[in-house]
Amino acid sequence: MHLAHYLGLLHKAQERLGDAFTEVGKAHGDEPDIFHTCERLAKQCRAHAEKLGPFARRYAEDAPAEPDRLHSELFSGTRSGPIGLLRDLQDLYLMAAQCDICWTVVGQAAYGARDEDLLGVVKACEQETAIQLKWLRTRMKQAAPQALVVAE
Amino acid sequence: MVDRIADPWGPRTPYGPGERWPVRVDTFLADGHTEADVRRWVPSASILHSNGDAMDIAVVDDRIVGVRGRAGDRINHGRVDPKDLYGWQANHSPDRLRRPLVREGDRLVETDWDTAMGRIVARSKELLDGPGGWGHFGFYTSGQLFLEEYYTLGVIGKAGLGTPHMDGNTRLCTATAAAALKASFGTDGQPGSYTDVDHCDAIALWGHNVAETQTVLWMRMLDRRRGPNPPAMLAVDPRATPVAREADVHLALRNGTNLALLNGLLREVIHRGWYDEAYVREHTLGFEELCQVVEDYPVAKVADICDLRAADIERAAELLGRSERLLSTVLQGFYQSNQATAASCQVNNLHLIRGMLGRPGAGLYQMNGQPTAQNNRECGADGDLPGLRNWENEEHVAELARLWNVEVDRIPHWAPPTHAMQIFRYAEQGSIKLLWISATNPAVSLPDLARIRRILAKPELFVVVQDLFLTETAELADVVLPAATWGEKTGTFTSVDRTVHISDKAVEPPGEARPDLDIFLDYARRMDFRDSDGNPLITWTGPEEVFEAWKECSRGRPCDYTAITYDKLRTGGVQWPCTEEHPDGTERLYTDGVFNTDPDYCESYGHDLATGAELLPEEYRAKQPGGRAFLHATPYQPSPEVPSGDFPLLLTTGRTVYQFHTRTKTGRATQLVHAAPESWVELNPADAEGLGVGEGDLVRIESPRGVVRARARICGVRPGVVFLPFHYGYWDATDGAGPGEGRHDRAANELTITAWDPVSKQPIFKVAAVRVVKEADSGGRPSPAPTVGGSAPPEGSGIPATVGGPAAEAPSRGE
Repeated sequence: MHLAHYLGLLHKAQERLGDAFTEVGKAHGDEPDIFHTCERLAKQCRAHAEKLGPFARRYAEDAPAEPDRLHSELFSGTRSGPIGLLRDLQDLYLMAAQCDICWTVVGQAAYGARDEDLLGVVKACEQETAIQLKWLRTRMKQAAPQALVVAE
Repeated sequence: MVDRIADPWGPRTPYGPGERWPVRVDTFLADGHTEADVRRWVPSASILHSNGDAMDIAVVDDRIVGVRGRAGDRINHGRVDPKDLYGWQANHSPDRLRRPLVREGDRLVETDWDTAMGRIVARSKELLDGPGGWGHFGFYTSGQLFLEEYYTLGVIGKAGLGTPHMDGNTRLCTATAAAALKASFGTDGQPGSYTDVDHCDAIALWGHNVAETQTVLWMRMLDRRRGPNPPAMLAVDPRATPVAREADVHLALRNGTNLALLNGLLREVIHRGWYDEAYVREHTLGFEELCQVVEDYPVAKVADICDLRAADIERAAELLGRSERLLSTVLQGFYQSNQATAASCQVNNLHLIRGMLGRPGAGLYQMNGQPTAQNNRECGADGDLPGLRNWENEEHVAELARLWNVEVDRIPHWAPPTHAMQIFRYAEQGSIKLLWISATNPAVSLPDLARIRRILAKPELFVVVQDLFLTETAELADVVLPAATWGEKTGTFTSVDRTVHISDKAVEPPGEARPDLDIFLDYARRMDFRDSDGNPLITWTGPEEVFEAWKECSRGRPCDYTAITYDKLRTGGVQWPCTEEHPDGTERLYTDGVFNTDPDYCESYGHDLATGAELLPEEYRAKQPGGRAFLHATPYQPSPEVPSGDFPLLLTTGRTVYQFHTRTKTGRATQLVHAAPESWVELNPADAEGLGVGEGDLVRIESPRGVVRARARICGVRPGVVFLPFHYGYWDATDGAGPGEGRHDRAANELTITAWDPVSKQPIFKVAAVRVVKEADSGGRPSPAPTVGGSAPPEGSGIPATVGGPAAEAPSRGE
């Protein structure tokens, strides 16, 4: 069963997203809403990773070797200024989108494995990831006209 | 004669449930005038708070000499708040601005209107030229102008310049009221009426010190409390305010934990079966999710989070749950605090699940602090579109485009309107280059004032200030425009309970001061804004013409004014919606349990209350609200700033009954100045003892952002919490040698944090971490804090009572 690998992928993606939220929040600390919301969402991502931990360990017991190139790097540091903010939020958006689709995939696997506990975790967490995506979209939509057309 | 400084609420006129509130006419005439020598009484209403009290302005020899409450008005039945009794005297203040000022180097010098407006227009045209030119403009207005002025400003900004960067200081006052009403009921607008006080059997005051903010509404509540079958009363406030002292149950919770309390109270109401199952089923959406979220908040846990006794929470739940006609009122204790919109929505939820809406006594006020905040929201001079339209609804925007005859895309609707804190951020970053501030004083009222001063003083930011006086903000302006005020111009405004009043011009403004409407119209003319056919965008020349234009904009929307006329308003206030079908106005909304949540009609498609993420139109449609209200629920999260080792105390800010906003007017009325001359800080006796601070000692209050010095009043604020009144800036400070030297240590907002609610974008003024250090002994002199209101010292303290004496005597007479 390969579920462990996708659990691992999601687990790592959640941890990386948490770290990226923290980094972006700090880098744009002069935007107080970005800072405070990123802090909050970083905690949420870490809680997601923590909830996945026991399942990753349990399924690892009967997992074959991990396939190549399972993990991908979506974030390599923050930028500054209004366009930098927009671009950093876009990185977060792509990372959250990866988590979002992983939740769907893992959720399907949980059905297949008849794992009600895992399904419970997926259902709770995928909602929060969906809201993260919405918030990022909302905030980018707000910032884009001023950053791209007005700011010098 | 009543000394309305010593007794701000005046004599009681008790009455019972369902009876008419008795008339009591309050009058104050200065300089020995009597009613007999008043030549003209000019109709108006209060401009120093949001209650909407109607009054007549007394005029002798073309000079205002006093005011008298209007006996027949539906709101106040003749009563007048002390701020209104005395505050009009500021109109005559010798330091009124009489001519425009322009900056020459580091000085502001007098000039003529042509020069001042010429500079603004030249800079505007320069900025507008080129792609994204609209984005260089920011407008920050007030909660104290008239409807006609807001609507004109809204059209100038949204259809003339096409900028989304418009907001009002309603962002600090009432943005959360609007956000909560939209989220729960589909559109802005109070469900209830002030007459609900006459009928209710329980009143819950959520973070609302109504005794000091809207004294006439409090008189009505007190008169019910002194009559037969009085309503029960619940107060939620960390301070021992007059409301808290009167209440049957007072929950002095830890600042920033309102949502946890409400989650717990709702859980109790649901568990004990005190909700109206049929109403929930027929008229709401989201009950199951609400139950799930609040299930996590048993009383013991809530008691721990809020630092309350479990038994008191249970008593409160019982008071709320067993009432048959519940009236709730919500204000800054909720709006300016952590999770503001979520907590306010929980009050809406309480009324929804108990079916406590749309009938006499079952009322809900998501209050305003300022007199014309409602109009700013309706007319689109803040972060809303005119007529409570939805910026995400293409047909709503197209309606505006047809009305104004402009291209749809000139109207900024591609993203949410920019909120005040973001406008200042863009100014800080340099992309907003012209900031026009009318009738407000952000250099005292916004959080983290050192930052705000830095922004306003930036040489590359062109700042226009339009006001009555050289305020702390005007000192930093590039152009200062002298404005006329209440009594010197005509316009209309609308109270919390949707009652529209007219305020007529009584006298000429001083010097060359002009009505705000005339200033905006002059700007529009000089900018030569055109519609799609090349005709002038704005064709109005006076207030009544604007009002008629506004009526068309409001047609068919929840705030429909179409059957209101100036003549009708001169006979008394009218509640919107007022249409041909309802020519006398509408007392209560949602009497049939049908809410404005239809996707084609609603003002917003909604937000996630924890992050502010916007829901997509299709998601909203998929909910198929069908006229049902939304029950929103969110878990509690601690505030962004909580006490730490370095800053162990919590700061909260608020008002005194004697001052309004940043004292621009009330600080120039003798009786009010004598009652509350300077700032103070409130400490609990236990905290004071630990700090070695006694009554009247000078202390330094420090946050990570700044320092304030004030004399301590030891009184009934909850342990661990420090209170500062937010009114005091430095225009009249005598300490320090000049600007920048020792003057910036008395505004509460030197200390507050730049942070805001994710949905309403209202700053979190009520939760900041501070430390307190004693600086000097009192020498036996008590603090200057009033002995009336939240700053009242304990009984037997021996501190002389706050009185007004003969200069403050004002007669009150019954029917």
